[in-house]
Amino acid sequence: MEHVFEHVTPFVGYVYPNETDFPWSQLIVIYPYITGLVAGAFVISSLHHVFKIKSFAPISRFALLTALCFMIFAPSPLLFHLGQPTRAFNAVITPHWTSAMAAFGYVAGFYLCLLILEVWFAFREDIVAMSKARSGIMGKIYGLLTLGSDDVSEHALAIDHKVARILSMIGIPAACGLHGYVGFVFGSLKSREWWSSDLMPVIFLLSAVGSGVGLVIVLYVIVSKYRKTPIIDETMRGLLYVMFTGVAIVMVIEGLEILEMFYKAREGVETVRELIAGPIWVGMYIQWGMSVFALLTTSALLLFNVHGKRLVTWLFLSGLAMMIGVLAMRWNVVIGGQELSKTMRGLLTFTPELFGRESLFTVLIISICPYILLFLITKLLPPWNEKIEPDHRVSEVQNLHRISLGMNQTQ
Amino acid sequence: MNTQDLQTEEETCGMSRRGFLGLLGKGAVCAGAIVGAVGAGSAIGASEAGSGKRAYQQNDKQFAEAVNNPPKIPEYNWNDHQWAMGVDTTRCIGCLRCMEACKMENSVQMDANHNRTWVERYVYLEGSNTALIDSQADPKNIANAGSETKFRFDNRYKDVKVEKAFFVAKLCNQCEHPSCVEVCPTGATFKSKDGPVLIDTTYCIGCQYCVQACPYGARSFNESRGTAEKCNWCYHRITKGLNPACVEVCPTGSRIFGDRNDPESPVSLFIRNNHVQVLKPEMGNAPNVFYVGLDKEVV
Repeated sequence: MEHVFEHVTPFVGYVYPNETDFPWSQLIVIYPYITGLVAGAFVISSLHHVFKIKSFAPISRFALLTALCFMIFAPSPLLFHLGQPTRAFNAVITPHWTSAMAAFGYVAGFYLCLLILEVWFAFREDIVAMSKARSGIMGKIYGLLTLGSDDVSEHALAIDHKVARILSMIGIPAACGLHGYVGFVFGSLKSREWWSSDLMPVIFLLSAVGSGVGLVIVLYVIVSKYRKTPIIDETMRGLLYVMFTGVAIVMVIEGLEILEMFYKAREGVETVRELIAGPIWVGMYIQWGMSVFALLTTSALLLFNVHGKRLVTWLFLSGLAMMIGVLAMRWNVVIGGQELSKTMRGLLTFTPELFGRESLFTVLIISICPYILLFLITKLLPPWNEKIEPDHRVSEVQNLHRISLGMNQTQ
Repeated sequence: MNTQDLQTEEETCGMSRRGFLGLLGKGAVCAGAIVGAVGAGSAIGASEAGSGKRAYQQNDKQFAEAVNNPPKIPEYNWNDHQWAMGVDTTRCIGCLRCMEACKMENSVQMDANHNRTWVERYVYLEGSNTALIDSQADPKNIANAGSETKFRFDNRYKDVKVEKAFFVAKLCNQCEHPSCVEVCPTGATFKSKDGPVLIDTTYCIGCQYCVQACPYGARSFNESRGTAEKCNWCYHRITKGLNPACVEVCPTGSRIFGDRNDPESPVSLFIRNNHVQVLKPEMGNAPNVFYVGLDKEVV
């Protein structure tokens, strides 16, 4: 008898027998979470590139790199989840267009290419400079990265900026499309009451922006502390505005969705109530608690016109809260939707695996990877708009010497 | 005759009926063993099925072959047929031989959470306006049977007054507008011309979007194959002119199968002569399994 319930999800009420095996696990929780962070980070970088909002200039390129690093790892939870990962490209080779999922390969591929292109245009000037300033293997790598285009005349740079701006402009609808589309994957399923909502794409998109801004705030503060550089007040204020707008709107829409569900009170609404009070209550508390915290904090920061160190501390905390809250929201949607049985007469309780292909350990690894990549990529392409110095002190001294010699000659 | 009478009758003739069903079951098991022996490869006999290990009659390759290239019959043309199924819930006795036959015939994983067909029991207790529902996969039923591979309903209602009780057999509805086909990103699952929704297990990527999309919970995921799994009305049998295994073994004739293009086929007669219903019509899937004797409580 011991083997009997090993992999059966415990349930109450009546659920279809096949439902006791959860189709989508915690990997599908972090997939929309990661793409959400991409969308949010990209929006921040675009605010400078497209709308020329000066206060975002110091972090624009950093946010762009963040978006790229997270985008690279966005499809990995899906690959770990597939029963036949080696056939993943079947969906790209022979897409079945009535499926909301069929376009994923194209949407994600397009967006990844767009990000890489934009990064290249945004960093080309630096790459060229570094290919000259660095020697040895790094110099060669930068040389390769210039792709043979080492023209840094004013005219060429103007073209760079223009192209980066156009790419960024395409990127905004693309980011919204990518994420609204993830919401559509869930919202378009009529079989699950908890998912089947027209508001789902909007909720996914807005919470994505919220969590992405949160990520940029958190990373910006940590990186600035690590690099011992000042945190620019104007930038933090800018991030505060975006954060406040995001949190406020997403909370209203999420509230509306739940209100609508209960007000319509279709068959099985009691079970929905039990779902919220039962299997996902912790998640709901985290989601709403963190959102309320972020909303109250940002409101207070705005109201009392806070600047300086207090702004940094509280905005950092609300950014972190938003990241945690949105992660909880993803859990509540993805796992909660499956915990509510299709019979509307029963509830399942999902327990994640700790180790294995689809486990919390895999989730942890995949979640850490983008941060490591971001660390490495900021070493390769420093986004801080600082003057590029040659790496060898010797050459630096030589340069100084040469300059002083030149100055002497002119004198 | 009220329910209690029915129960007593069942108790008195239970032995003989059980014996008869047991025989049927053994027949199905033997058939499975033969298929397995012919199939060789990873064929596992029915004896191992009881051990709780996942048992298969065919290996993956053979299964895929059977689904992709069902035995060709010279005269079989899928444009000429429109298969449909009827379920007369008033006849179902919940013996679950259909489940057993299905698991054997189609190499379905033997554990409780992989089913191509299953049977639900609806019980209204006296004075209650809602039904208590369970299926053979209910932990209590499994505990009572002693194994996931023995399909039995327990006798949990013997000490309470039952007002109304009935069984409803469930299986894939082979919908006219199948949600599973709609959401499949690769087209590995498709609607065949003659009705059943089939899966190309050599092309399925195992994303399980179809499992999510099915409003009837008819699909499951085969972890060993890494692909989706569902009832196909024994496509390998019906294209030979045989009935699906579940229909074949049903001792009460509560499952009716046939070709709707033939006005005299059992299913055509069943639909013509009864007020039939489908499950969850509001989903817009237009199921092809037609029910008689559904109740407001049927999910």
